[in-house]
Amino acid sequence: MPLSKSVSNSISPQTRDIVSQGLWSNNAALVQLLGLCPLLAVSNSVVNAAGLGLATIGVLLGSNGIVSLSRHRLTPAIRLPIFVLIIATFTTCAELLLRAFAIELYQALGIFIPLIVTNCTILGRAESFASKNALGPSLLDGLMTGLGFAAVLLVLGMLRELIGTGAVFANMDRLLPFAGNWTLRVASSYKPFLLAILPPGAFLFMGGLIALKNILDKKLANPAPVKQEPTPGKRVRVTG
Amino acid sequence: MGNNSTNELPVSITKTSVILGFFALLAALLLGIVNLATADRIQEQQRIAERRALAEVFPENLHDNDLLLDTFTLTPDDPAFSEPELLQLSTSRQAYTGQLNGLFSGTILPVEAHDAYSGNILILVGVLADGQVSAVRVLAHKETPGLGDKIDISISDWILGFDGKSLLNPTQSRWKVIKDGGEFDQLVGATITTRAVVDAVERALTFFQLNQNKLANATNQF
Repeated sequence: MPLSKSVSNSISPQTRDIVSQGLWSNNAALVQLLGLCPLLAVSNSVVNAAGLGLATIGVLLGSNGIVSLSRHRLTPAIRLPIFVLIIATFTTCAELLLRAFAIELYQALGIFIPLIVTNCTILGRAESFASKNALGPSLLDGLMTGLGFAAVLLVLGMLRELIGTGAVFANMDRLLPFAGNWTLRVASSYKPFLLAILPPGAFLFMGGLIALKNILDKKLANPAPVKQEPTPGKRVRVTG
Repeated sequence: MGNNSTNELPVSITKTSVILGFFALLAALLLGIVNLATADRIQEQQRIAERRALAEVFPENLHDNDLLLDTFTLTPDDPAFSEPELLQLSTSRQAYTGQLNGLFSGTILPVEAHDAYSGNILILVGVLADGQVSAVRVLAHKETPGLGDKIDISISDWILGFDGKSLLNPTQSRWKVIKDGGEFDQLVGATITTRAVVDAVERALTFFQLNQNKLANATNQF
């Protein structure tokens, strides 16, 4: 894995593992295929993708942090309701903050902000990682999983916006007030390729990204096989 | 999952409820704080967004009142107005009255089109006191992306073609898309959509003409 290799040796193996798992080898979107509903629906432009990505990172950080802090108090019977309560609380906070500071983006994202509650990535990390680890690693895990998810959102958003409209970074001022003129137009007479923006395009591009990751993994594994220790409990199967 | 405490004694319901209650309280507290901290700003931002949307149909140099205050509700079959069915409203919607130097300067009317390609189109039409269109904007639609969605100003400036039009310009027989012998450009691949929008704007203007005096005083209701 290029990512884990580039990290210096002074960093503990656990940290390295969390980083590479979250960003690459156990990527929430590309490997676990979690949170696909908002991912596919919102990735039709960079600004929407960035907005949802940021909100998801925030909620993941918050929920992982609180779950980790309270992990000794939670009994199995009430574990899940409390996780959901925590996640819903942070999602509502994210929604309020977006409304206060980026109302146009909030209007564009619509239902997908409240739907972060149902993003199984977040419940999955709370259950499989934060409920068993200390605060520091849990926060790092939340950040890395969130970044991995947001990166896929951004790449997908960039590809779909570029191919579907012939421009990228349109309406970025919805997220950053100073980014009103960031729109990059490739060609003035570009004929929009509709499929990229429509829902089927989301599936096609997503499939392409997953395939690309698998090819990369294979190429990287061949010259120097990376020992992949089985990490029980890292992969959580949750529907949705 | 979570079997790391197999020897655990059965926890009493009381303890469980206390923990659950504690977390609920904590969540409520956090939400309360964030809500308090953002409530004012959200309200302010909401108003700014609404004003910005209204300013697009009714420029700010045409009124000196707060449109958000001089508002009235139009119901689908409002008995206060003649032929309210012209607007084809599916539910009660807000209209706004503009005033300049104490005189009526125009109305922002909501109008719906039910004969578009898919679903209803909700349109805001700004009408000046003399019956001219100040501007038209589509608020909500479900038209095909890439084709019918060009009625949306963020996609194309087709909708600007209504600026300055009135029931006399063009004349009634020309309030159609070019394909039907009228004056308005149709969007390629979206004739049905554009036909519906042109028709809706004409209906709004007709409603304005029929109710001009009542609309001029509509602001007095509040």
